[in-house]
Amino acid sequence: MSKLKLIIYREFIAKVRNKSFIVMTFLSPLIMVGVGALVFFLMKKNDEKIKEIVYVDNSKLFSKVDFKDTKTVHYQDFTDLGIEETKKKVEAGDYYGALIIPKKDSLELLANSIEFYSKESPSMSIINGLETKIERKLGNEKLNYFGIDLEKINASKIKSDIKMFNFSGEESSKMKNWIKIMVGAIAGYMLMMFVMIYGTSVMRSVIEEKTSRIIEIIVSSVKPFQLMLGKIIGNGSAGLLQFVIWGVLLFIISTVLTAIFGVDMMEMQTANLSAEQLEAAKQAAGANKMQLIIQEVLGLPILKMFLLFIFYFLGGFMLYSSLFAAIGAAVDNETDTQQFMLPIMLPLILAVYVGFATVINDPHGPIAVAFSYIPLTSPIVMLMRVPFGVSWYELAISMILLVITFVFMVWLAAKIYRVGILMYGKKPTYKDLYKWLKYKG
Amino acid sequence: MNNLLEINNVTKNYGDFRALNDVSIHIPKGSVYGLLGPNGAGKTSLIRIINQITMADSGSILLDGETLAPKHTADIGYLPEERGLYKSMKVGEQALYLAQLKGLSKTEAKKRLKYWFEKFDIMAWWGKKIEELSKGMAQKVQFIVTVMHNPKLLIFDEPFSGFDPINAQLIAKEILQLRDEGATIIFSTHRMESVEEMCDEIALINKSNLILDGKLNDIKREFRTNTFQVGLNTKNPKEVAVKLKENFEVFPADFKLLGNELTMNVKLGATNTANELLSFLTNRGEVQHFVELIPSANDIFIQAINKNS
Repeated sequence: MSKLKLIIYREFIAKVRNKSFIVMTFLSPLIMVGVGALVFFLMKKNDEKIKEIVYVDNSKLFSKVDFKDTKTVHYQDFTDLGIEETKKKVEAGDYYGALIIPKKDSLELLANSIEFYSKESPSMSIINGLETKIERKLGNEKLNYFGIDLEKINASKIKSDIKMFNFSGEESSKMKNWIKIMVGAIAGYMLMMFVMIYGTSVMRSVIEEKTSRIIEIIVSSVKPFQLMLGKIIGNGSAGLLQFVIWGVLLFIISTVLTAIFGVDMMEMQTANLSAEQLEAAKQAAGANKMQLIIQEVLGLPILKMFLLFIFYFLGGFMLYSSLFAAIGAAVDNETDTQQFMLPIMLPLILAVYVGFATVINDPHGPIAVAFSYIPLTSPIVMLMRVPFGVSWYELAISMILLVITFVFMVWLAAKIYRVGILMYGKKPTYKDLYKWLKYKG
Repeated sequence: MNNLLEINNVTKNYGDFRALNDVSIHIPKGSVYGLLGPNGAGKTSLIRIINQITMADSGSILLDGETLAPKHTADIGYLPEERGLYKSMKVGEQALYLAQLKGLSKTEAKKRLKYWFEKFDIMAWWGKKIEELSKGMAQKVQFIVTVMHNPKLLIFDEPFSGFDPINAQLIAKEILQLRDEGATIIFSTHRMESVEEMCDEIALINKSNLILDGKLNDIKREFRTNTFQVGLNTKNPKEVAVKLKENFEVFPADFKLLGNELTMNVKLGATNTANELLSFLTNRGEVQHFVELIPSANDIFIQAINKNS
C-alpha cells in the first residue's frame, strides 16, 4: 500500500470507529425524522382544533356570506345576543373571540372602530383574515356608493399565467422554479454543513497529532503534504459515508413510518409549499401534487447537475479543509483556533446568505453571477444556480477559477502546515504565518 | 566508505535566525555518535534535516554514499525528544501503521513486532490503547516503533528521559546491541554520564556552530590538564607539601581517601613527566593514590561551551 493510501485508511478508520461518529450516524436520522414527525403531528393537531369566532354586527352591513367557515375557523352571528352578553360568553371560554362591529355614520369611521375581544391574544393570521374580510366588504360597499356595478368589476378580472421557456426548449412553470430553488438550496446547504462538520474534523485531527506529538514521527516517514492530503481525503470519505448512511436511513425510516402510520412523508415535506404555489401547480397539471413534483424533478438536467454537484462538492470541501488543516497546524489547541476560523467561516456563511437572498430572486443577476465566480463562495452559490440552467462558459470560468484557487490554497496551506506542525508554545499571529510562508524547505 | 552519514557544510536559516552555520559532521559506520550541545544550539534542527522533515538551505548530506533522498526514510529510525503516539489507537495497530509507513509490508511488520514485543515481554499490551499505558510503558512501545524496521541509521534524542533506571539500562543495552549488529547510532543528550557510557565519537554544537568533534578519547586527550590526584603516607606532611609546591603546581585536594594521608591535586609543568612526580613522591613516603584526572564529558562540555561563549 502506498503511504498516502495508508494515511487515508488510518484517518478513515480512526474517524468511523470513533464512538461519537457512530452515535451521530445512527442517531441523527432518528432525531431528524422524530422532529419532522413531531412538527407534522403538532400541525395536524393544530388543524384539528377549530376556532369559534362570534360576531355582533350592529352596522347591519355584514351577513353570513361575508363570514364563511373555513377548516379551522367557524363563525357565528351573535348580533341578537348583544355586545355585553357576547363578551361574557367569550370570557367564559365558550368561544375563541368576539368581533364587535358598531354602527357608524361613515364607512371610514366604521373601518377603524371594529374591535376584537379574546381571552388569549389572537394569532396574526386570524386578525389578518378578519381584516381582509372587512376590507373586502367595506370596499364593495364603497363601490356601491360610487354607483359602480360590482358584477361588472368581477367580470372584468382576468387571470394570466405566463408560460416560461428558454431557448433550449425547456418549459418552466412556477412549480418548476420552486423545485429548482429547493434542489439548489438543499445542495448548497448540504455543502456548507459538510464543510463545517468535516472541515473542522480535519482540523481537530491535525491538532490531535500535534498535541500528542506523534507528528514528528509521522513526518519523518512521509511528506507533510502527503499527510495533509491523506487527512483531508480520509475525513472527507468518512463524512461521505455518514451522509450516505443518513440518506439511506432517512429513506428507510420514512418508508417504514409511511407503511405503519400511513403518514405521507412527502406530504410533510411539501407542507411548506405556499397555497398559491400548490394551487398553480394543481391547475397546471390537474394532477396529484406528488406526481407533479416527481415529474418536474425528472425534467431537470439531472446528470449535469449531479456531475457539477460532485465537482463543486469536492472542490469546495478540499479548498476549505486544506485551510482548516493549516489552522490546525498553526495552533496548539482548539481554543486558539478562533481568530483564524472567522475569515474561513465568513465566506461560507456569506455564500449561503447570498445564495438564499439573491439566487432565488434572480438566479442570473449580477450578484449571483459574481459570487458564483468567486472561488470561496462559488461552490455553494453555483450549486444553487445550476438548476436554473447556467451556460457552459460561465461554468468554465467558475470551475477554472476554483481549480486555480484550490491549487494555490493547498500550496499555501501546505506551507503553513509544514512549519506549523513542529511549532509549539507560542500562539501564532498572522505575521508569523506570513513568515512561515517564506521559510525554505 | 567508512562513514555512514556525511554532513557537509550544512546551513539552515529560519527567517533571520540562523539555526545551523556551516556544520560538517562525519559519522562512521557502526559507531555511537554523541550529538551534544546546550538547549537551542541547533541539534534538533540538524536531526530534522537528517530526517528530511526540513531541508538544509545549503550544504550536502550523504547517507551511505548517496545524496539523501525521500527513499532513505526507510533507512532511518527516529526517536524524537518529544515522544508521542496516537492516544486512542491500539498499540498493535499503531505499531503496524508506523512500520508500514516506514515501508515494511504488513506481514513483515507483524513478524518484526512479534519479535520485539516478545523480547520486551509486552505482548499483552497489543490490544490496549496508548492512553491506558503508563508513560514508561508507552516509551517502550515508542522504542520498538523506532527500531523495528532495522534501519541503518538510528537517531535517539534523549532516549532515557522518562525511563526508570532499570528500563534505562535495558534500553542502553539494546542500543549497544543494535550497534554491534551493524547499526549506526546518533545519540543526542544532555546527560553526560550516558555519553561516557555509550558514545564512541561526539560532536558539540553551540550557537549554531560545530565547536568540537572527534573520537571521545582523542577529545579527552586534548582536554587533559596533566593533573594528578595524589595520596601520600608520610611522617611530615607539611614539609612534603612545601617541597611539592616548589617543584609543581599544586591545588587543594577535592577527593577523599580512607586514611589520614596527605592529599593533593598536582599539575605537571610543561617539562615534567608523570614519572618525575611519582619518584618525587616515592622518595618521601608511601604512595597510596596516584590517578590522572581525566576530563569527563561533562567537564569538556562546560569548558568548551564557556570558551566558545
